[in-house]
Amino acid sequence: MTLHRLGFIFLLYIAFSIAFLTLNARGNWDFVLSFRGTKLIGITMVAISISCATVLFQTISQNRILTPSIMGFDSLYILLQTMMVFFLGGFGFASLPQEIPFFLNFTIMMLASLALFGTLLGRSANQARQDLHRLLLTGIIFGVFFRSITSFIQRVIDPNDFVIAAASTFADFNTINTDLLLIASLMMIIALAALWHYRHELDVIALGKETATNLGIPYKTRLYTLLVIIALLISISTALVGPVAFFGLLVSNLAYQIIPSYHHAYLLPAASLIAASILIGGQVILEHLIGLSTPLSIVVECLGGLTFLLLIIRGTTR
Amino acid sequence: MIRLSSVSHQIDGAKILSNISANIPKGQVTALIGPNGAGKSTLLSLIARLQGLEQGSISIDDLDVVTTPSDELARKLAILTQSNSITARLRVRELVAFGRFPHHKGRPNHKDLERIEEAIEQFDLGDLADKFLDEVSGGQRQKAFVAMAYAQDTDYLLLDEPLNNLDMASARNLMRNLTELAAQTGKTIVIVLHEINYAALYANWIMVLKQGQLIANGPAKEILTPQIIADTFGIEVTIHEIDGKTLVMHYG
Repeated sequence: MTLHRLGFIFLLYIAFSIAFLTLNARGNWDFVLSFRGTKLIGITMVAISISCATVLFQTISQNRILTPSIMGFDSLYILLQTMMVFFLGGFGFASLPQEIPFFLNFTIMMLASLALFGTLLGRSANQARQDLHRLLLTGIIFGVFFRSITSFIQRVIDPNDFVIAAASTFADFNTINTDLLLIASLMMIIALAALWHYRHELDVIALGKETATNLGIPYKTRLYTLLVIIALLISISTALVGPVAFFGLLVSNLAYQIIPSYHHAYLLPAASLIAASILIGGQVILEHLIGLSTPLSIVVECLGGLTFLLLIIRGTTR
Repeated sequence: MIRLSSVSHQIDGAKILSNISANIPKGQVTALIGPNGAGKSTLLSLIARLQGLEQGSISIDDLDVVTTPSDELARKLAILTQSNSITARLRVRELVAFGRFPHHKGRPNHKDLERIEEAIEQFDLGDLADKFLDEVSGGQRQKAFVAMAYAQDTDYLLLDEPLNNLDMASARNLMRNLTELAAQTGKTIVIVLHEINYAALYANWIMVLKQGQLIANGPAKEILTPQIIADTFGIEVTIHEIDGKTLVMHYG
């Protein structure tokens, strides 16, 4: 049943991808296919990054309402972008090779997540229950803290620079940063290869620190490795389209509902394909069928936010 | 044999264990007894490297628990903790199957599947095997966790209050199962127990802890004396022999 469902989601993704590439296409097919194809690859990469990072974070925190974004990752990204504009100036920032902010963001996000979550996650079961609240609070406080500094910097910078800083702080699926596609895809292949390697261990890690240790997982080492992978995946998605807060929550929980299995070998591909189908299908429907100009990010964030509320109201914290 | 050498442990400045040195014999059932807060669970979790060892050393058959790779230890020793809360939604069979992970690393073979079914049968979980853990009672859940530790098929099995939530018959059956297992397979079983008569009936060896100190460690018959029990729990008891079995009785 699991494989059938996974196959169905895959077919849905293929169908949306074909529609995305061909619908309302006029003129030179070479240009249309390469233009839309690049966009399709970019959106798929973002979908995989966000969904895998979220499923991973929920696995290590043993909590299904947490996402890296809710824990302040996106605020940190916005702060870093704004600070770069502040220190380098709008022109300096815009003329930087794209790889520099990408690797800078990745390094700082990685260090911050290791410092913050590495110390809070992975305590014993009793401590973990208390730590979950501490973790949530810490994430929220840091999120607010990062946003406050960001808005302070945005107030003091030059209005022209502000436009550049503000532009990089919203998710936009229409203008995917194609300059970074190659390096981002290389990094993503490394991250996904590592995830696939650890797929069976992830099933055990989802059982909590004590059970995982008992079953032979070097828990702390694995926790840090996974946090680095999460930081890398979040860096990829934010570098390509900008910060997306609730989307990961939507797709991870859809994957848990649709796939009746605890195996990450199914959950990770399912969440990725669901995310890609929603983003590509949403783009097709919004752009070509309804002809609306509403950005897709607003629609998916709205759906994700509603999922978050629904999960909180239902008391689903696992 | 499990060797404990000058093991001390603190949590947030509070001393939990003080300078514990003892040997736990191989191939026997050892009961770890003592009042609440004596440090029994902490000692088990240190032996099973669930907590970092601060002072002293612990070795299992010459494998140092600090330096031996976690996956190697997982094939030597299994632990059932008190707080066996699992947030993932699993069926009983899936939980028991996790016990085989140290052996198959995610790719179970025929032998692993046989062992899983054997564990399910051994702990009388056949009718519940396809139920989700949140659909069974606390006692049945507890048995499923013991079966998982059993399926791990290690020489050493550490069980922290495995009789929690079990009714009288289930508790008796579990203790019988475990002692038979130790006798037949030569496994070493260390159990934290609160019911002293289970220790009297089923354990060959008893370790007594109080306020983080080792009060006594030795063969069950030598340890279960009115004096040691009074020193440990602060209650007067009488010891009786009925059909060759020791019975500890206390009144009022």
